[in-house]
Amino acid sequence: MRRHLVTVALALAVILLVALPLALNAAGEFGGTDGAATAAIESSHPHYRPWFAPFFAPESTEVESGLFALQAAIGAGVLGYALGVLRERRRHRPVSPATTATAATPDGDAATSAGPTP
Amino acid sequence: MHIAEGFLPPWHAAAWTAVAAPFVIHGARAVVREVRERPETKLLLGAAGAFTFVLSAIKLPSVTGSSSHPTGTGLGAVLFRPPVMAFLGTVVLLFQALLLAHGGLTTLGANAFSMAVVGPWAGYAAYRIATRAGAPLLVGVFAAMCLADLATYVTTALQLALAFPDPVSGFLGAATKFLGIFALTQVPLALAEGFLGVLVMRALTQVAAPELQRLGLIKPDVAQEKIDA
Repeated sequence: MRRHLVTVALALAVILLVALPLALNAAGEFGGTDGAATAAIESSHPHYRPWFAPFFAPESTEVESGLFALQAAIGAGVLGYALGVLRERRRHRPVSPATTATAATPDGDAATSAGPTP
Repeated sequence: MHIAEGFLPPWHAAAWTAVAAPFVIHGARAVVREVRERPETKLLLGAAGAFTFVLSAIKLPSVTGSSSHPTGTGLGAVLFRPPVMAFLGTVVLLFQALLLAHGGLTTLGANAFSMAVVGPWAGYAAYRIATRAGAPLLVGVFAAMCLADLATYVTTALQLALAFPDPVSGFLGAATKFLGIFALTQVPLALAEGFLGVLVMRALTQVAAPELQRLGLIKPDVAQEKIDA
């Protein structure tokens, strides 16, 4: 129970840290800092010309945000898959001191050499 | 922290590439060695890479009225040591440079140095100092995530100040300006990233205790306690 409360508190902390700026600074434009840095260079060094351009640039901000979403989706998918497989591995591992001993051996997969599985 | 394509003078771009390259190559070898020597940690390796992949795609609003993204490199640095993240972080940056026109090939060296080299090492150092001082694992992870994130953005600000010193106030003036853009914005995001890292690490101690033991992060008795809990 306490464990779940801590989880909820941590998740709330993350959400608040992101949501509060939006609430406190309603007038903010929330442009990207990367873009702000580029703009700062252009204003302090107006004669600087970028000497290389990307081979491919998303056609519009919509396409760009879609590609960013794709990146997040791939990452979240792999993360979820890894956690899921690890969880199943643990479920099928007998809970005994022997498990820990096996897992601590220098070689041998903890999941496959952990002895009899149910 | 992505310096845009072409926005570093050629010799700066070349120098940062030369500086970052050995770390990234060493990191690639560290990844290969990790997979060969401890194949059972492959899933965690994937998880660490994926975590960076997700976090660096998401731009979050901050108190300064601008938005920026976390880096997520602290977790992998704690789990697998910083060299592994030098490689994984660079893969993420390459993906963004090629497909999103975010960052760039000419600035890949500088961006890799800040996000994939300095960030992970700063995070790992914070983790080691915290746990050496007797702090629990999760406090160490929190420190690692925050510091990896902040150090990355401070590095970017300094790299830009070196390349574009202020015509009047020089390097220091430019450093102040770029730190003003990056560092302050990043503080709440670094804290949010810290809490997120703690959430993920708690999940990992639940589902991957033996793997974490193999990596030397938790002691067997602690792992057993977590399994029984």
